[in-house]
Amino acid sequence: MATASQASTDSLVIIDTAHRVEFDPRYGYHRYLIGSFRFERDEYFVRVTYPKGTYVSDVSAFLRAMMRDVAWGFFYGWVNFDEVFGTVNHYGSVDVFVGSYNAGYKAAGTDFIERFDANRLMGCFKALLSDWTNAGFDPFAAPLETGSAYGSKHGNNDAAVNFQRELAERFVGLPGDTELRTDARGFAINRQFADVPQDEPEVETAPGFEGQLSAFNLFAYLSRSPVTWNPSIVSVVGQSAYCPTSEEHILPILHGNDRVEWFIQLSDEITWQVNDKATAAPRAIITMKAGDIAAMPADISHRGFSPKRSMLLVWENMTPGLEERYGAGELPPTAAEF
Amino acid sequence: MSTATRFASIDDFDKGGVEIIGQDAAPRYLFSNMFEVARQSRPWERVVVAKNLEFTIECVRAEGDSPWYLCSHDETALCMQGQVAIEFLKPADAALIPPATQDGAVRLATTPGGTAMGRVRLGRGHLALLPAGAAYRFRSAALGVLLVQSLAGPESVERWAAICQH
Repeated sequence: MATASQASTDSLVIIDTAHRVEFDPRYGYHRYLIGSFRFERDEYFVRVTYPKGTYVSDVSAFLRAMMRDVAWGFFYGWVNFDEVFGTVNHYGSVDVFVGSYNAGYKAAGTDFIERFDANRLMGCFKALLSDWTNAGFDPFAAPLETGSAYGSKHGNNDAAVNFQRELAERFVGLPGDTELRTDARGFAINRQFADVPQDEPEVETAPGFEGQLSAFNLFAYLSRSPVTWNPSIVSVVGQSAYCPTSEEHILPILHGNDRVEWFIQLSDEITWQVNDKATAAPRAIITMKAGDIAAMPADISHRGFSPKRSMLLVWENMTPGLEERYGAGELPPTAAEF
Repeated sequence: MSTATRFASIDDFDKGGVEIIGQDAAPRYLFSNMFEVARQSRPWERVVVAKNLEFTIECVRAEGDSPWYLCSHDETALCMQGQVAIEFLKPADAALIPPATQDGAVRLATTPGGTAMGRVRLGRGHLALLPAGAAYRFRSAALGVLLVQSLAGPESVERWAAICQH
Protein backbone atom coordinates (compact mmCIF):
# COMPACT_ATOMS: atom_id res chain seq x y z
CA MET A 1 0.00 0.00 0.00
CA ALA A 2 1.46 3.35 -1.02
CA THR A 3 1.88 6.03 1.61
CA ALA A 4 -0.15 9.24 1.35
CA SER A 5 2.90 11.36 0.56
CA GLN A 6 4.01 9.00 -2.16
CA ALA A 7 0.57 8.80 -3.77
CA SER A 8 0.22 12.60 -3.86
CA THR A 9 3.48 13.11 -5.76
CA ASP A 10 3.41 10.18 -8.19
CA SER A 11 2.00 12.33 -11.00
CA LEU A 12 4.70 15.01 -10.87
CA VAL A 13 6.48 15.69 -14.17
CA ILE A 14 10.27 16.00 -14.10
CA ILE A 15 11.42 19.49 -15.11
CA ASP A 16 14.61 19.18 -17.13
CA THR A 17 15.54 22.76 -17.94
CA ALA A 18 18.48 24.71 -16.58
CA HIS A 19 18.10 27.43 -14.00
CA ARG A 20 18.36 31.11 -14.92
CA VAL A 21 20.08 33.90 -13.03
CA GLU A 22 19.38 37.60 -12.66
CA PHE A 23 21.77 40.06 -11.07
CA ASP A 24 20.36 41.96 -8.10
CA PRO A 25 22.26 45.26 -7.86
CA ARG A 26 20.87 46.05 -4.40
CA TYR A 27 23.12 43.58 -2.60
CA GLY A 28 25.41 42.25 -5.31
CA TYR A 29 24.02 38.71 -5.35
CA HIS A 30 22.18 36.91 -8.14
CA ARG A 31 18.62 35.64 -8.08
CA TYR A 32 18.14 32.01 -9.12
CA LEU A 33 15.09 30.84 -11.01
CA ILE A 34 14.25 27.20 -11.64
CA GLY A 35 10.84 25.80 -12.50
CA SER A 36 8.30 27.96 -10.69
CA PHE A 37 10.67 28.86 -7.86
CA ARG A 38 12.64 32.08 -7.48
CA PHE A 39 15.41 32.29 -4.86
CA GLU A 40 16.83 35.65 -3.75
CA ARG A 41 18.73 36.86 -0.73
CA ASP A 42 19.35 40.18 0.96
CA GLU A 43 21.72 40.98 3.80
CA TYR A 44 19.89 38.84 6.36
CA PHE A 45 17.25 36.68 4.71
CA VAL A 46 16.46 34.28 1.90
CA ARG A 47 13.17 34.73 0.09
CA VAL A 48 11.74 31.94 -2.04
CA THR A 49 8.72 32.84 -4.12
CA TYR A 50 6.50 30.20 -5.70
CA PRO A 51 3.04 30.28 -7.32
CA LYS A 52 1.17 30.09 -4.01
CA GLY A 53 3.22 32.43 -1.86
CA THR A 54 6.52 33.32 -0.27
CA TYR A 55 8.88 31.47 2.04
CA VAL A 56 11.42 33.41 4.13
CA SER A 57 14.40 32.10 6.08
CA ASP A 58 17.45 33.38 7.91
CA VAL A 59 20.25 33.25 5.35
CA SER A 60 22.76 31.68 7.73
CA ALA A 61 20.42 28.77 8.50
CA PHE A 62 19.44 28.45 4.85
CA LEU A 63 23.04 28.23 3.62
CA ARG A 64 23.96 25.67 6.27
CA ALA A 65 21.04 23.51 5.13
CA MET A 66 21.79 24.05 1.45
CA MET A 67 25.39 23.04 2.10
CA ARG A 68 24.28 19.64 3.39
CA ASP A 69 21.76 19.12 0.59
CA VAL A 70 24.47 19.77 -2.00
CA ALA A 71 27.30 17.91 -0.25
CA TRP A 72 25.18 14.81 0.32
CA GLY A 73 23.75 14.69 -3.18
CA PHE A 74 20.24 15.29 -1.75
CA PHE A 75 20.89 12.48 0.77
CA TYR A 76 18.48 9.69 1.69
CA GLY A 77 14.91 10.94 1.45
CA TRP A 78 13.81 14.29 2.82
CA VAL A 79 16.17 17.21 3.46
CA ASN A 80 13.87 19.65 5.26
CA PHE A 81 15.52 23.04 5.67
CA ASP A 82 12.89 23.59 8.37
CA GLU A 83 9.28 22.49 8.93
CA VAL A 84 8.22 24.16 5.63
CA PHE A 85 10.81 24.09 2.83
CA GLY A 86 12.96 21.24 1.54
CA THR A 87 13.80 18.56 -0.99
CA VAL A 88 12.96 14.88 -1.49
CA ASN A 89 15.44 12.63 -3.25
CA HIS A 90 14.10 10.16 -5.79
CA TYR A 91 17.62 9.21 -6.93
CA GLY A 92 17.70 10.77 -10.39
CA SER A 93 15.01 13.32 -9.79
CA VAL A 94 14.39 15.57 -6.79
CA ASP A 95 11.30 17.33 -5.47
CA VAL A 96 11.46 20.89 -4.15
CA PHE A 97 8.54 21.70 -1.90
CA VAL A 98 7.04 24.39 0.28
CA GLY A 99 4.62 23.16 2.92
CA SER A 100 3.94 19.78 1.30
CA TYR A 101 4.83 17.98 4.54
CA ASN A 102 3.33 20.53 6.92
CA ALA A 103 -0.21 20.04 8.19
CA GLY A 104 -0.93 23.78 8.32
CA TYR A 105 0.10 24.46 4.71
CA LYS A 106 -1.75 21.35 3.52
CA ALA A 107 -4.94 22.39 5.29
CA ALA A 108 -4.72 25.89 3.82
CA GLY A 109 -3.92 24.61 0.33
CA THR A 110 -0.81 26.77 0.16
CA ASP A 111 1.59 23.87 -0.26
CA PHE A 112 3.54 23.57 -3.53
CA ILE A 113 5.87 20.99 -5.03
CA GLU A 114 7.79 20.52 -8.27
CA ARG A 115 10.06 17.72 -9.46
CA PHE A 116 13.41 18.40 -11.14
CA ASP A 117 16.08 16.42 -12.88
CA ALA A 118 18.66 15.93 -10.13
CA ASN A 119 21.59 17.23 -12.14
CA ARG A 120 19.70 20.37 -13.17
CA LEU A 121 18.71 21.14 -9.62
CA MET A 122 22.19 20.39 -8.32
CA GLY A 123 23.63 22.85 -10.83
CA CYS A 124 21.29 25.54 -9.57
CA PHE A 125 21.94 24.87 -5.90
CA LYS A 126 25.72 24.74 -6.34
CA ALA A 127 25.77 28.06 -8.19
CA LEU A 128 23.55 29.64 -5.54
CA LEU A 129 25.67 28.29 -2.70
CA SER A 130 28.89 29.58 -4.24
CA ASP A 131 27.40 33.02 -4.98
CA TRP A 132 25.66 33.53 -1.64
CA THR A 133 28.48 32.29 0.62
CA ASN A 134 30.65 35.27 1.50
CA ALA A 135 34.32 35.29 2.40
CA GLY A 136 34.81 34.25 6.02
CA PHE A 137 31.65 32.19 6.32
CA ASP A 138 31.92 28.40 6.27
CA PRO A 139 28.48 26.73 6.23
CA PHE A 140 30.05 23.41 7.33
CA ALA A 141 31.62 24.89 10.46
CA ALA A 142 30.17 25.28 13.93
CA PRO A 143 29.03 28.87 14.62
CA LEU A 144 31.90 29.43 17.09
CA GLU A 145 34.40 28.49 14.39
CA THR A 146 33.33 30.72 11.52
CA GLY A 147 32.38 34.24 10.51
CA SER A 148 29.05 35.70 9.51
CA ALA A 149 26.82 34.88 6.55
CA TYR A 150 25.22 38.31 6.64
CA GLY A 151 25.76 41.45 4.64
CA SER A 152 26.05 42.43 1.01
CA LYS A 153 28.12 40.36 -1.37
CA HIS A 154 31.77 40.26 -0.35
CA GLY A 155 34.03 37.62 -1.82
CA ASN A 156 33.38 33.90 -1.62
CA ASN A 157 34.45 30.79 0.23
CA ASP A 158 34.53 28.19 -2.53
CA ALA A 159 37.23 26.25 -0.70
CA ALA A 160 34.71 25.57 2.08
CA VAL A 161 31.61 24.91 -0.01
CA ASN A 162 33.51 22.50 -2.26
CA PHE A 163 34.74 20.39 0.68
CA GLN A 164 34.52 16.71 -0.24
CA ARG A 165 33.66 14.18 2.42
CA GLU A 166 35.70 10.98 2.50
CA LEU A 167 33.86 7.84 1.45
CA ALA A 168 35.70 4.56 2.02
CA GLU A 169 34.73 1.80 -0.39
CA ARG A 170 35.63 -0.99 2.04
CA PHE A 171 37.75 0.16 4.99
CA VAL A 172 39.89 3.17 5.82
CA GLY A 173 43.59 2.45 5.42
CA LEU A 174 43.38 -0.51 3.04
CA PRO A 175 45.51 -0.15 -0.10
CA GLY A 176 43.67 2.05 -2.58
CA ASP A 177 41.00 3.11 -0.09
CA THR A 178 40.65 6.33 1.88
CA GLU A 179 43.50 7.41 4.14
CA LEU A 180 43.85 8.26 7.81
CA ARG A 181 43.47 11.88 8.82
CA THR A 182 46.77 13.47 9.78
CA ASP A 183 48.30 16.89 10.28
CA ALA A 184 50.22 16.33 7.06
CA ARG A 185 46.96 15.88 5.16
CA GLY A 186 45.56 19.06 6.68
CA PHE A 187 43.39 17.47 9.35
CA ALA A 188 44.25 19.15 12.64
CA ILE A 189 42.76 18.03 15.95
CA ASN A 190 39.64 20.06 16.68
CA ARG A 191 39.74 22.40 19.66
CA GLN A 192 36.97 20.45 21.43
CA PHE A 193 38.69 17.09 20.97
CA ALA A 194 42.15 18.12 22.18
CA ASP A 195 41.91 15.48 24.92
CA VAL A 196 41.17 12.56 22.57
CA PRO A 197 44.09 10.06 22.53
CA GLN A 198 45.78 9.79 19.16
CA ASP A 199 47.34 6.34 19.61
CA GLU A 200 46.88 3.94 16.72
CA PRO A 201 46.24 0.20 17.05
CA GLU A 202 49.11 -2.23 16.60
CA VAL A 203 48.71 -4.15 13.36
CA GLU A 204 51.13 -7.03 12.77
CA THR A 205 50.73 -8.64 9.37
CA ALA A 206 52.51 -11.91 8.53
CA PRO A 207 54.48 -12.12 5.29
CA GLY A 208 52.20 -12.95 2.41
CA PHE A 209 49.17 -11.22 3.92
CA GLU A 210 50.22 -7.62 3.44
CA GLY A 211 47.28 -5.30 2.84
CA GLN A 212 44.70 -7.77 4.15
CA LEU A 213 44.53 -6.56 7.76
CA SER A 214 43.68 -3.02 8.77
CA ALA A 215 42.73 -1.09 11.87
CA PHE A 216 42.75 2.55 12.88
CA ASN A 217 41.73 4.86 15.71
CA LEU A 218 38.21 5.95 14.80
CA PHE A 219 38.03 8.39 17.72
CA ALA A 220 41.26 10.09 16.60
CA TYR A 221 39.91 10.14 13.03
CA LEU A 222 36.76 11.90 14.23
CA SER A 223 38.71 14.29 16.44
CA ARG A 224 40.29 15.57 13.23
CA SER A 225 37.08 16.21 11.34
CA PRO A 226 37.14 19.84 10.14
CA VAL A 227 33.37 19.97 9.56
CA THR A 228 30.17 19.32 11.48
CA TRP A 229 27.07 17.30 10.61
CA ASN A 230 28.75 15.80 7.54
CA PRO A 231 29.18 12.01 7.75
CA SER A 232 32.09 10.22 6.13
CA ILE A 233 32.10 6.51 5.37
CA VAL A 234 34.80 4.46 7.11
CA SER A 235 33.68 0.85 6.62
CA VAL A 236 31.31 -0.99 4.33
CA VAL A 237 30.00 -4.51 4.96
CA GLY A 238 27.76 -5.48 2.07
CA GLN A 239 25.38 -2.50 1.93
CA SER A 240 25.94 -1.63 5.61
CA ALA A 241 27.90 1.60 5.94
CA TYR A 242 29.45 3.14 9.04
CA CYS A 243 29.10 6.90 8.58
CA PRO A 244 30.69 8.60 11.60
CA THR A 245 30.56 12.34 12.02
CA SER A 246 31.43 15.07 14.50
CA GLU A 247 28.52 17.22 15.64
CA GLU A 248 28.36 20.65 17.23
CA HIS A 249 25.49 23.13 17.56
CA ILE A 250 22.38 22.24 15.47
CA LEU A 251 21.91 19.85 12.57
CA PRO A 252 20.99 22.43 9.90
CA ILE A 253 18.25 20.24 8.44
CA LEU A 254 15.40 18.07 9.61
CA HIS A 255 16.29 14.80 7.94
CA GLY A 256 13.20 12.90 6.87
CA ASN A 257 14.02 9.22 6.62
CA ASP A 258 13.13 7.18 3.55
CA ARG A 259 14.55 4.11 5.32
CA VAL A 260 15.51 3.15 8.85
CA GLU A 261 18.67 4.86 10.07
CA TRP A 262 20.56 4.20 13.31
CA PHE A 263 22.53 6.46 15.65
CA ILE A 264 25.26 5.23 17.99
CA GLN A 265 26.46 7.97 20.34
CA LEU A 266 30.20 7.43 20.71
CA SER A 267 30.93 10.41 22.94
CA ASP A 268 29.21 13.29 24.72
CA GLU A 269 25.54 14.04 24.11
CA ILE A 270 23.00 14.96 21.44
CA THR A 271 19.31 15.72 21.87
CA TRP A 272 17.08 14.85 18.92
CA GLN A 273 13.86 16.57 18.02
CA VAL A 274 11.65 14.06 16.20
CA ASN A 275 8.70 15.12 14.05
CA ASP A 276 6.14 13.31 11.95
CA LYS A 277 7.55 13.18 8.41
CA ALA A 278 4.25 13.89 6.68
CA THR A 279 2.85 16.64 8.92
CA ALA A 280 5.84 18.05 10.89
CA ALA A 281 3.89 17.42 14.10
CA PRO A 282 6.18 16.85 17.13
CA ARG A 283 6.48 13.21 18.15
CA ALA A 284 9.43 12.72 20.51
CA ILE A 285 12.56 14.10 22.12
CA ILE A 286 15.46 11.64 22.32
CA THR A 287 18.46 12.33 24.50
CA MET A 288 21.48 10.26 23.58
CA LYS A 289 24.53 10.02 25.83
CA ALA A 290 27.81 8.18 25.31
CA GLY A 291 27.03 4.53 24.57
CA ASP A 292 23.36 5.08 23.72
CA ILE A 293 21.88 3.57 20.57
CA ALA A 294 18.61 4.47 18.86
CA ALA A 295 16.81 3.82 15.60
CA MET A 296 15.21 6.54 13.50
CA PRO A 297 12.11 4.95 11.92
CA ALA A 298 11.32 5.50 8.24
CA ASP A 299 8.29 7.69 8.97
CA ILE A 300 9.87 10.53 10.97
CA SER A 301 12.15 13.52 10.55
CA HIS A 302 14.81 14.43 13.07
CA ARG A 303 17.09 17.32 14.00
CA GLY A 304 19.98 17.08 16.46
CA PHE A 305 21.30 19.53 19.06
CA SER A 306 24.87 18.97 20.28
CA PRO A 307 25.98 21.47 22.97
CA LYS A 308 29.59 20.24 22.87
CA ARG A 309 31.28 18.75 19.81
CA SER A 310 30.41 15.07 19.96
CA MET A 311 31.11 11.87 18.05
CA LEU A 312 28.15 10.19 16.40
CA LEU A 313 28.20 6.96 14.41
CA VAL A 314 25.44 7.13 11.82
CA TRP A 315 24.66 3.70 10.42
CA GLU A 316 23.04 3.46 6.99
CA ASN A 317 21.67 0.67 4.81
CA MET A 318 22.66 1.63 1.26
CA THR A 319 20.66 -1.14 -0.45
CA PRO A 320 19.32 0.31 -3.74
CA GLY A 321 15.55 0.61 -3.96
CA LEU A 322 14.89 0.60 -0.22
CA GLU A 323 13.12 3.96 -0.51
CA GLU A 324 10.55 2.38 -2.83
CA ARG A 325 9.97 -0.60 -0.55
CA TYR A 326 9.41 1.63 2.48
CA GLY A 327 7.38 4.11 0.43
CA ALA A 328 5.14 1.35 -0.88
CA GLY A 329 4.56 0.02 2.62
CA GLU A 330 6.29 -3.28 1.80
CA LEU A 331 8.61 -2.76 4.76
CA PRO A 332 7.47 -1.55 8.19
CA PRO A 333 8.87 1.84 9.28
CA THR A 334 10.52 0.37 12.37
CA ALA A 335 13.60 -1.87 12.45
CA ALA A 336 12.21 -4.42 14.91
CA GLU A 337 9.21 -4.90 17.15
CA PHE A 338 8.91 -6.29 20.64
CA MET B 1 30.59 24.45 28.39
CA SER B 2 33.44 22.10 29.32
CA THR B 3 35.43 20.82 26.38
CA ALA B 4 36.35 17.57 28.15
CA THR B 5 35.26 14.74 25.91
CA ARG B 6 32.90 12.33 27.62
CA PHE B 7 33.29 8.65 26.83
CA ALA B 8 31.59 5.94 28.84
CA SER B 9 32.20 2.40 30.09
CA ILE B 10 30.39 -0.45 31.81
CA ASP B 11 31.17 1.10 35.19
CA ASP B 12 30.57 4.69 34.17
CA PHE B 13 27.71 5.41 31.83
CA ASP B 14 24.77 7.75 32.06
CA LYS B 15 21.88 6.66 29.90
CA GLY B 16 19.60 9.10 28.07
CA GLY B 17 16.14 8.17 26.84
CA VAL B 18 13.05 8.75 24.74
CA GLU B 19 10.36 11.27 25.74
CA ILE B 20 7.13 10.94 23.81
CA ILE B 21 5.49 14.31 23.13
CA GLY B 22 3.08 13.42 20.33
CA GLN B 23 1.52 10.44 18.61
CA ASP B 24 4.27 7.90 19.08
CA ALA B 25 5.60 5.06 21.24
CA ALA B 26 9.05 4.71 22.79
CA PRO B 27 9.66 1.09 21.68
CA ARG B 28 9.73 2.21 18.02
CA TYR B 29 13.12 3.84 18.67
CA LEU B 30 14.74 0.63 20.02
CA PHE B 31 16.67 2.76 22.51
CA SER B 32 19.40 0.98 24.46
CA ASN B 33 22.87 1.57 25.86
CA MET B 34 25.73 -0.66 24.75
CA PHE B 35 27.42 -0.63 28.15
CA GLU B 36 24.24 -1.66 29.91
CA VAL B 37 23.81 -4.45 27.35
CA ALA B 38 27.39 -5.62 27.85
CA ARG B 39 26.99 -5.52 31.62
CA GLN B 40 24.09 -7.95 31.33
CA SER B 41 25.66 -10.25 28.72
CA ARG B 42 27.73 -13.39 28.88
CA PRO B 43 31.30 -13.14 27.54
CA TRP B 44 31.41 -13.22 23.73
CA GLU B 45 27.63 -13.31 23.38
CA ARG B 46 26.68 -11.22 20.30
CA VAL B 47 23.65 -9.19 21.27
CA VAL B 48 22.05 -7.32 18.39
CA VAL B 49 21.72 -3.66 19.39
CA ALA B 50 20.98 -2.32 15.89
CA LYS B 51 19.39 -4.07 12.95
CA ASN B 52 18.68 -2.84 9.45
CA LEU B 53 17.01 -5.72 7.57
CA GLU B 54 19.77 -8.38 7.28
CA PHE B 55 22.52 -6.11 8.62
CA THR B 56 23.39 -5.88 12.31
CA ILE B 57 25.52 -4.17 14.89
CA GLU B 58 26.19 -6.58 17.74
CA CYS B 59 27.41 -5.69 21.21
CA VAL B 60 29.98 -8.08 22.66
CA ARG B 61 31.19 -8.35 26.24
CA ALA B 62 34.90 -9.07 25.73
CA GLU B 63 36.32 -11.08 28.60
CA GLY B 64 38.99 -13.79 28.34
CA ASP B 65 39.49 -15.67 25.06
CA SER B 66 36.68 -15.94 22.54
CA PRO B 67 35.96 -18.97 20.38
CA TRP B 68 37.32 -18.92 16.84
CA TYR B 69 34.96 -17.52 14.22
CA LEU B 70 34.77 -17.59 10.44
CA CYS B 71 32.62 -15.50 8.18
CA SER B 72 32.04 -15.48 4.42
CA HIS B 73 31.83 -11.69 4.33
CA ASP B 74 33.71 -8.81 5.92
CA GLU B 75 32.87 -7.69 9.45
CA THR B 76 34.38 -4.97 11.62
CA ALA B 77 35.04 -4.67 15.35
CA LEU B 78 35.01 -1.34 17.21
CA CYS B 79 36.56 -1.40 20.68
CA MET B 80 34.47 0.79 22.99
CA GLN B 81 36.17 -0.26 26.22
CA GLY B 82 39.33 -2.10 27.24
CA GLN B 83 42.23 -3.62 25.33
CA VAL B 84 41.33 -6.39 22.90
CA ALA B 85 43.67 -8.39 20.67
CA ILE B 86 42.47 -10.14 17.53
CA GLU B 87 44.36 -13.09 16.05
CA PHE B 88 43.82 -14.05 12.42
CA LEU B 89 44.38 -17.37 10.63
CA LYS B 90 43.99 -18.38 7.02
CA PRO B 91 42.31 -21.80 7.31
CA ALA B 92 44.13 -24.65 5.63
CA ASP B 93 40.79 -26.30 4.96
CA ALA B 94 38.84 -23.92 2.72
CA ALA B 95 35.75 -26.01 3.34
CA LEU B 96 35.60 -24.47 6.83
CA ILE B 97 34.68 -21.10 5.30
CA PRO B 98 30.90 -20.75 5.28
CA PRO B 99 29.21 -20.49 1.89
CA ALA B 100 28.40 -17.02 0.59
CA THR B 101 24.75 -17.73 1.33
CA GLN B 102 25.53 -17.96 5.06
CA ASP B 103 25.19 -14.55 6.71
CA GLY B 104 27.01 -13.74 9.92
CA ALA B 105 29.96 -15.36 11.63
CA VAL B 106 29.95 -19.04 12.54
CA ARG B 107 31.64 -20.36 15.64
CA LEU B 108 34.30 -23.04 15.16
CA ALA B 109 34.45 -25.93 17.59
CA THR B 110 38.23 -25.93 17.76
CA THR B 111 41.22 -23.88 16.71
CA PRO B 112 41.45 -24.29 12.95
CA GLY B 113 44.64 -25.39 11.28
CA GLY B 114 46.14 -22.89 8.93
CA THR B 115 48.59 -20.06 8.47
CA ALA B 116 48.84 -17.18 10.90
CA MET B 117 47.92 -13.95 9.11
CA GLY B 118 48.80 -11.62 11.92
CA ARG B 119 47.23 -9.85 14.84
CA VAL B 120 45.73 -6.52 15.81
CA ARG B 121 45.74 -4.94 19.25
CA LEU B 122 42.87 -2.55 19.85
CA GLY B 123 42.34 0.11 22.48
CA ARG B 124 39.33 2.32 23.06
CA GLY B 125 38.03 3.85 19.86
CA HIS B 126 39.98 1.56 17.56
CA LEU B 127 38.16 -0.01 14.60
CA ALA B 128 39.43 -3.21 12.95
CA LEU B 129 38.52 -5.01 9.77
CA LEU B 130 37.63 -8.69 10.17
CA PRO B 131 38.21 -9.73 6.57
CA ALA B 132 36.04 -12.30 4.82
CA GLY B 133 37.41 -15.82 4.96
CA ALA B 134 39.89 -15.16 7.77
CA ALA B 135 39.36 -17.12 10.99
CA TYR B 136 39.68 -14.90 14.03
CA ARG B 137 39.44 -14.88 17.78
CA PHE B 138 39.41 -12.10 20.34
CA ARG B 139 41.54 -12.02 23.50
CA SER B 140 40.79 -9.62 26.33
CA ALA B 141 42.61 -9.98 29.64
CA ALA B 142 40.24 -7.52 31.31
CA LEU B 143 36.64 -6.56 30.75
CA GLY B 144 36.03 -4.90 27.39
CA VAL B 145 33.20 -3.97 25.03
CA LEU B 146 33.12 -4.43 21.27
CA LEU B 147 30.63 -3.41 18.60
CA VAL B 148 30.67 -5.83 15.66
CA GLN B 149 29.35 -4.70 12.27
CA SER B 150 28.00 -7.83 10.60
CA LEU B 151 24.92 -9.58 9.24
CA ALA B 152 22.43 -11.55 11.31
CA GLY B 153 23.73 -15.08 11.64
CA PRO B 154 23.80 -18.10 13.92
CA GLU B 155 25.67 -16.24 16.67
CA SER B 156 23.36 -13.21 16.68
CA VAL B 157 21.13 -12.88 19.74
CA GLU B 158 18.04 -10.65 19.58
CA ARG B 159 16.38 -9.73 22.87
CA TRP B 160 14.93 -6.31 22.21
CA ALA B 161 12.42 -6.40 25.05
CA ALA B 162 15.21 -6.94 27.56
CA ILE B 163 17.56 -4.23 26.30
CA CYS B 164 15.31 -1.45 24.95
CA GLN B 165 13.29 1.29 26.60
CA HIS B 166 9.61 0.35 26.77
